[in-house]
Amino acid sequence: MKGDLFAPGHRACAGCGPAIAMRHILRASGPDTIIAHATGCMEVTTTPYPETAWGVPWIHVTFENAASVASGIAEALKMQKNTHTNVIAIGGDGGSADIGFGAVSGMLERGHNVLYIVYDNESYANTGVQRSGLTPMFASTTTTPAGKVIPGKMQRKKDIPMIAAAHHIPYVATASVAFIEDFENKIKKALKLKGPKLIHIHTPCVPGWGIPENKTIYYAKKAVETGMWVLYEIEDGKLKINIKPEKLAPVNEYLDGQKRFKHLTPDLMEKIQEHVNEEYKKLVALDGMQIF
Amino acid sequence: MKKIIEGSHAVAEAVKMCRPQVLGMYPITPSTHIPEKLAEMVDNGELDASMIRVEAEFSAISSIVGAAAAGSRTFTATSSQGLALMHEVLYAASGMRLPLVMVIANRALSAPINIWNDWQDTISERENGWIHIFVESSQEALDSVIQAYKIAEDDRVSNPVAVSMDGFYLTHVYEPVDIPDQKEVDEFLPPYHYKYKLDPSKPRTLGTFAYPVPYAEIRKRNFNDFHTFGKVVKEVHDEYANKFGRKYGNGIIEEYKNDRPYTIVTMGSLAGTVKEFVDSRDDVGLVKIRMYRPFPKEEIRKALEGKEMVLAVEKDVAMGSNSGALYLDIKDALYEVSDKPRLNNGIGGIGGTDITRDDLGDAVDKLKGENGEIFWFKMRG
Repeated sequence: MKGDLFAPGHRACAGCGPAIAMRHILRASGPDTIIAHATGCMEVTTTPYPETAWGVPWIHVTFENAASVASGIAEALKMQKNTHTNVIAIGGDGGSADIGFGAVSGMLERGHNVLYIVYDNESYANTGVQRSGLTPMFASTTTTPAGKVIPGKMQRKKDIPMIAAAHHIPYVATASVAFIEDFENKIKKALKLKGPKLIHIHTPCVPGWGIPENKTIYYAKKAVETGMWVLYEIEDGKLKINIKPEKLAPVNEYLDGQKRFKHLTPDLMEKIQEHVNEEYKKLVALDGMQIF
Repeated sequence: MKKIIEGSHAVAEAVKMCRPQVLGMYPITPSTHIPEKLAEMVDNGELDASMIRVEAEFSAISSIVGAAAAGSRTFTATSSQGLALMHEVLYAASGMRLPLVMVIANRALSAPINIWNDWQDTISERENGWIHIFVESSQEALDSVIQAYKIAEDDRVSNPVAVSMDGFYLTHVYEPVDIPDQKEVDEFLPPYHYKYKLDPSKPRTLGTFAYPVPYAEIRKRNFNDFHTFGKVVKEVHDEYANKFGRKYGNGIIEEYKNDRPYTIVTMGSLAGTVKEFVDSRDDVGLVKIRMYRPFPKEEIRKALEGKEMVLAVEKDVAMGSNSGALYLDIKDALYEVSDKPRLNNGIGGIGGTDITRDDLGDAVDKLKGENGEIFWFKMRG
């Protein structure tokens, strides 16, 4: 196969953040890889029968079981004495942090040799942008519409990387489509390690976030500059922040221009700023420390 | 070699001899002794397999879907709520035509919660595209598990197979069971094979998204194929019978003294009770259904044509149909018969209630002149 193992011509939206992640997952992993994929945007848009964008063996079963399917694949390979083929499970935020949460936890706890990648576009985008456990605070979604009384989603994001790390696995990392080399390096590093690994990548969603299709990378980058998304790794329980801005840019640089946040009042924006400052401070305090 | 062992252990022995590589296991009563025995075998080095002790039945079935797709023979077992939790994946497995084998230790479904035997779990999965076999004894469970792998992995089939055995009545009962030699099982069952294996040297996409027309075409193809599987079930049964000397009717149904005016049609361990009942009378025979799905319409029609009265006795209800589910299938099979027997329905054994020989006598005597009636076993008032 010539060119990328993740072929163009799939049905993802123009400017799709997750599709960028998919392409680079395969660039980093290479052809000797089996993918178990959860239901979601990337599954639906890349495999319209009889076409496929996947140049590696790939299986989708249901929304909530990519981690369990991958567990089975990893054990099958182990029994077949195949020590070279990478097993990667891929799920969106809903498929990984909500409906597939138990399966992900089970897979991490049991120690299968699988890299789980959560691509986080912060909503059930495939079904029309409904709230997930990883939708950020105050984002307007179709099930948390910013109303006169309730201004969008009222809860914070579930802390998936920390939850994953609490399973005492060898490697956990966050990533961003704006820092693609970092993402590929993290995949390569993870695939060299035995056991379960998890990478959580921030992937802006053009229709879900209400952003222009040429601003995907712009917003992904702004998320990191403002501290709304922090790039870090937890290797054998030790935390390392990869990109640590001297001073965080104000959150409005990230929030402005996204339709899901356009209802934010200065008060709500201030709340987000406080929250980000607090969380970032906590994380910086842990930098370089053995946290699990 | 004949040994007196528990039904669950007979299943574990059968599974072991089929040399699965990956087991996806989660405990649920009354199937639990199966994974427990297999765990012992794995941990003692008697069975070279990876046993994934998953966090839910949903992952038990999901993990073996992954393993089977990746080219390993697999196994799982469950009951009741566990089977219901697997539901979504069961359809995916048959849609992908994965040659899985599962044992269902039949148990009632909630609510109220009840751990005892009936068939509502398997019956509620009757349209999931799996081949469903019901067994009467521990011996038949062992033999059917070995046959199930051969059926599932036959290229003309390539489809999951479930073997249903009555919870407690079979899973927890000690019976003499003839355990074949490993060598003979190896001769009978070729190494695992799945033609659409996940293989980096030949990348395939499994479980794709399909738009309406291709979706409908795939469903139709699977539907058409499904009705041809009975032939292979029979063939594998006959081959097994020749090699191991044990047979169960014609592999699809078993007729017992079915030359009498009345016939009871049933499945599972209840067939044993019915045989005893039939022996005590001279007017009633038995037709036992072994292959429940695909439903053996033709065989049933032939076995029941010309009877005066047929009584379908079953441990389940088909909510909304005002009968049990087996009754509906039999009624359907008899539609084209010109000399139609009267057809009645016995519903019992629900949630572990007992059906005795005397109960069967009461049912037949009460209903032999009736048509379309239900006899409820063991109800107060």
